[in-house]
Amino acid sequence: MNKLPLIFLGVFLTFASSWVGLVVYPYFALGRMQPLPDEDTGGFFPPSNPGLAVAGQRVYAANGCVYCHSQQVRRAPLSTDIEKGLGPRQTVARDYLRAQPVFLGTMRTGPDLTNIGVRQPDANWHHKHLYEPQTVTDWSVMPSFRYLYRMQEIQGQPSANAVKGLSGPHAPPPGFEVVPTDEANALVAYLLSLKRNYPLPESPEPPVKK
Amino acid sequence: MKPHSLISSFNPANEPDTLASHERAEIDASTRLPVLLFFSSAIFWLLIGSLLGLISAWKMTHPWFLDQMAWLTFGRLRPAHLNAVIYGWASAAGIGVGLWLMARLCRIPLIHSKLLISAAIFWNLGVFVGVLGILAGDSRSIEWLEFPGYATPILFVAYAFIGIWAIIMFRFRKPGHVYVSQWYLFAAFLWFPWLYATANILLIWQPIQGSAQGAVNWWFAHNVLGLWFTPIGLASAYYMIPKVIGRPIHSYYLSILGFWSLALFYSWNGMHHLIGGPFPAWMISASVVASIMMFIPVVTVAINHHMTMRGHFDALKWSPTLRFTVFGAMTYTVVSLQGSSMAIPSLNTLTHFTDYTIGHAHLGLYGFFSMMMFGAMYYIVPRLTGWEWPSATAIRWHFWLVASGIILMVGSLSLGGVLQGLALYDPQVSFRSSLDYATPFRMVRGISGFLLLAGHLVFAGHFAVMLLKIGRRREGPALFAEPSKPEAATV
Ligand code: HEC
Repeated sequence: MNKLPLIFLGVFLTFASSWVGLVVYPYFALGRMQPLPDEDTGGFFPPSNPGLAVAGQRVYAANGCVYCHSQQVRRAPLSTDIEKGLGPRQTVARDYLRAQPVFLGTMRTGPDLTNIGVRQPDANWHHKHLYEPQTVTDWSVMPSFRYLYRMQEIQGQPSANAVKGLSGPHAPPPGFEVVPTDEANALVAYLLSLKRNYPLPESPEPPVKK
Repeated sequence: MKPHSLISSFNPANEPDTLASHERAEIDASTRLPVLLFFSSAIFWLLIGSLLGLISAWKMTHPWFLDQMAWLTFGRLRPAHLNAVIYGWASAAGIGVGLWLMARLCRIPLIHSKLLISAAIFWNLGVFVGVLGILAGDSRSIEWLEFPGYATPILFVAYAFIGIWAIIMFRFRKPGHVYVSQWYLFAAFLWFPWLYATANILLIWQPIQGSAQGAVNWWFAHNVLGLWFTPIGLASAYYMIPKVIGRPIHSYYLSILGFWSLALFYSWNGMHHLIGGPFPAWMISASVVASIMMFIPVVTVAINHHMTMRGHFDALKWSPTLRFTVFGAMTYTVVSLQGSSMAIPSLNTLTHFTDYTIGHAHLGLYGFFSMMMFGAMYYIVPRLTGWEWPSATAIRWHFWLVASGIILMVGSLSLGGVLQGLALYDPQVSFRSSLDYATPFRMVRGISGFLLLAGHLVFAGHFAVMLLKIGRRREGPALFAEPSKPEAATV
């Protein structure tokens, strides 16, 4: 192999094949997919997200939740994801149309969050958990995100949005309260928006095993 | 040397004969500044990267450790670690080794070194801005591409200088054979900008929609390993092994087969990170098949290197270069076969989403590539500085610290990962158990991080002492023992 042009051609073509298959093809086939209209309500599947949840994706990205949490439910019987309660059905390409970026994830140091908005719909629970995970789950190894919260002195009435139920060593001192910053509010709005419980024809729910 | 024998014309051990030793010295001297710039910055990032990794590792078992500040949160330190190591250390070390090999194998002194010096400056500026950007919270959390959109153009400028330089070197090379290391370098220098540009455009600058992002992400991330680091690592092995033991590569035809099967199969591997994910089945299947086919290039290269080494394994006793390089080459075989097995869907469901994958990644990037780079540096740096490594003991410490560190790390993560995977798979077992199983192994991994960091400190210190020419000049190279063959005493 002394002919550089030939080496170049081979090196170019082998690589181009995968570029076409794994980049150009999904660019057109998946990148142009549309949400499915919902005849009953006039809405769409997946539903569009409130602006705050959209902003929450940036907070999720900036703080690297994806390094511990996946967002995908794999099909049975390849996996036991559905049996484990991660979601009622496999997640498919259409489920991710509104995600930006797409947090499929590669680690499950923490539980999968595809359907966390269904499993845990209470905003205050999330604030408490993010502020100090061990107040909710004492064995957690999730880090505290208390830098997304402000500790402030209570002026007259406690603030309506103050995080409730913080106890033990993580409770604010008397006369103080913990309130979420805009970032924390956006992040929790995003977590609550994570629901893949609408129907999609390409991903039927498997019958529940008895 | 018979001019028309294929074997002999591809024999790097013959190559120096075509160069008078003063020519070789002239070529080496011409590479001094750019190569040393890349090496010393790489070693700097190696230290930073290992420190970031060590802190991240301990945070996984002790979440309260340094949890008050946003920029020290696990979700920022971990990508900062990965990117500092990938771009700051491994790429820069690889570029340095690549530049030197190019000059030697093109058989001309390095020209236009200003291009490369600018490249080194821009590259490090890009890595610096990128790592700070991640810590400041500007990462998009797209794995291997966490550098914010304002850092990557700087890296592109740096890379453009290197690419232009490589084209010039190829154009002005002395006529004659193109050695196998050069095929790999040529390919890597072409693939990297293509990969990096595609991924940055489609994921960071003008993000495409939906799950297609995952496909592009893993096409990129896997190929950076397979088509950027791997070819540079193999180029180095193909040069260093014959060079140190003074005999040609076993088979030219195996070299060809290994090269082309790598180019064809590796580039299709990426989707095996997404088995079961939201993609058309054929994309995943194609990657699974390609991953299993990786058996061919890997075994081919392994046989070729093994047959070259046969009868010369005693050289591992005295040659630092060879000891690191052969460690890397053997790990390459192990890690690649492991990777193929991890693409088999039934095994993948077990190991996916667990520490097992983290262990695999470290075995590849560290056990194979970084060890290969250490080996090459031990060979190259004395030839640039005209100063031998001051202490064989320091090299020995470096080797044993990092070799035991990486074995301990990969061993603990693999065992812990399998237990974690079994717990995550079994519907009867709670999520909590997966953590309980993984935790003790994560602590062992944390300890292995200290070994690696210690090894790097020894290496960095040794490198600094050498560069500054502190102490007495050493007569003859720093070897672990008396070489068995007297003529080999130059390496
Ligand atoms: C070091 C790994 C790690 C990181 C980083 C991490 N988590 Fe977690 N997370 C966990 C673990 C472990 C659990 C399970 C224990 C618990 O509930 O705290 C968990 C649980 C959760 C849960 C509850 C899931 C359930 O099914 O009950 C939510 C919600 C969550 N994390 C959100 C986040 C968000 C948002 C971020 C980023 C700001 C984040 N996590 C970052 C490890 C992590």
